[in-house]
Amino acid sequence: MSIVPAVPFGSRAARRSVIPGFGLTLGFTMSYLSLLVLIPLSSLFVRSLGLGWQHFWEVATTPRVLAALRLSFGASLVAAAVDAAFGLLVAWVLVRHRFPGMRLIDAMVDLPFALPTAVAGISLTTLYAQHGWLGRWLLPLGIKVAYTPLGVIVALMFIGLPFVVRTLQPILEDLDREVEQAAATLGATTWQTFARIIMPSLWPALLTGFSLAFARGVGEYGSVIFIAGNMPMRSEIAPLLIMTRLEQYDYAGATAIAVIMLLASFALMLGINALQSWTLTRHGET
Amino acid sequence: MNAALREPPRGGTGNIWLTLAALSFLGLFLAVPLIVVFSEALSKGAGAYLAAITNPLALAAVRLTLLVAAVSVPLNCIFGIAAAWAIAKFEFRGKSALLTLIDLPFAVSPVIAGLVFILLFGNNGWFGGFLMRHDVRIVFAVPGIILATIFVTFPFVARELIPVMQAQGKDDEETALSLGATGWQTFWRVTLPNVRWGLLYGVLLCNARAMGEFGAVSVVSGHIRGLTNTMPLHVEILYNEYNIAAAFAVASLLALLALLTLAAKSYLEWRQPELRRAPTQARSHGRTLRERS
Repeated sequence: MSIVPAVPFGSRAARRSVIPGFGLTLGFTMSYLSLLVLIPLSSLFVRSLGLGWQHFWEVATTPRVLAALRLSFGASLVAAAVDAAFGLLVAWVLVRHRFPGMRLIDAMVDLPFALPTAVAGISLTTLYAQHGWLGRWLLPLGIKVAYTPLGVIVALMFIGLPFVVRTLQPILEDLDREVEQAAATLGATTWQTFARIIMPSLWPALLTGFSLAFARGVGEYGSVIFIAGNMPMRSEIAPLLIMTRLEQYDYAGATAIAVIMLLASFALMLGINALQSWTLTRHGET
Repeated sequence: MNAALREPPRGGTGNIWLTLAALSFLGLFLAVPLIVVFSEALSKGAGAYLAAITNPLALAAVRLTLLVAAVSVPLNCIFGIAAAWAIAKFEFRGKSALLTLIDLPFAVSPVIAGLVFILLFGNNGWFGGFLMRHDVRIVFAVPGIILATIFVTFPFVARELIPVMQAQGKDDEETALSLGATGWQTFWRVTLPNVRWGLLYGVLLCNARAMGEFGAVSVVSGHIRGLTNTMPLHVEILYNEYNIAAAFAVASLLALLALLTLAAKSYLEWRQPELRRAPTQARSHGRTLRERS
């Protein structure tokens, strides 16, 4: 950089830090990010532009693709909603109750993050299959989990649970107990306190956890494909359909589905970002 | 620090039924699937278990998984350190955009992460012709597996390290530099020891995902046995061949890795309680840390 005799106030040079390595680290960060993430991802969009709008629309709206997208988004939505309910229960119990083995159980909540998805997939399938530990009890009741859309939901519930619990826990820990006690002394019932005092401060975090679980579920592959049965139009998820198209060398088809999913994921990510800043401002006020 | 907070409230919410409900849910949805892995793995006896995990193809899968992790984790680690240094120690325009971009791979389905490398390096990809003329194989070979793994594990180290470095501030570094230390000396002797637990935490999570990744690797691998099969892919092949006990035997090794990861993670969280936080973005957390200090 050249030496500038008079540095205008507030310019970058005036605020330059004594710490070295800005150019080196930012340069490396940007190159690595571009080479390994941005350029590969942009290749997807350039490819889909090459298809032309007409062709893109044709391959993206076949009944099979629409059914797969509907299943991926629908099952993720249901799974995330169930996770939100049970995740709230688990987070509440872990923060507010004390029982032996609590630390161990708290650590176990992260199991779906740590367990490879393929392992979760074959394990859940074995569990819910006809002769599995749970399947043999559920089948006589008429509940078929393995190889049905319900199986997809069960697998996505497994994957999504820690997102809800881990988003809620810090918020629950920081809740001001005195407000609840004040509500109780003023005659509020447990449920009133929960609905009017606790839930309003939990909503943003609950919604964030729900969205994170939903976003993860939409793209999930490994844990789902074993238990889904993968029947076209019925239990075939969108990521699997991308895989199938690739195996048939149908690059246009694979690219079109991928672009739709990617755009949906980016929209979700921006939504989650907005939710998180909302959580923070809400949280900061309490 | 939560001892006081964790005390059960006196208002009657300390309901034993809630605890039981939560525990049964966790038992049914988390513990039972884990137990199934080990019980199925040992269902045909210890001999069959040992035979399954010492099978030459299984060993080749283990070797490949270790190789892939040994390349991708250090690379993402160097990236994480560089990104955290630039973001935590300096102010520049576009910082929040950069943080969003670093988190981008988490928003991408693993299958799409594999697909993009096929589009780049596959036979009719952008560089496909060039690679073919020079007889370089990336897709359906080990380099493709490594690239896909780097992509899906990309944010792990950076997103753990950035908030830790931001919380550390830059006073220590400025002191070291003013006392005459060089930039590298400052980094090795001041910064790195300060953030070592955060770094280890990120490496731990990155490694668990790198060794367990299935979707992205599945797209680019080509499933050539003994050559491009990682452990999760080997589990899939055995399972699809109805070799259930062997599939679960290899899966049990991955489950053990997961349990070790969880144990090490809990240990690090116990040492450094601030590592434990919501699965949110580095940026938001960095903001809270700065607001609090």
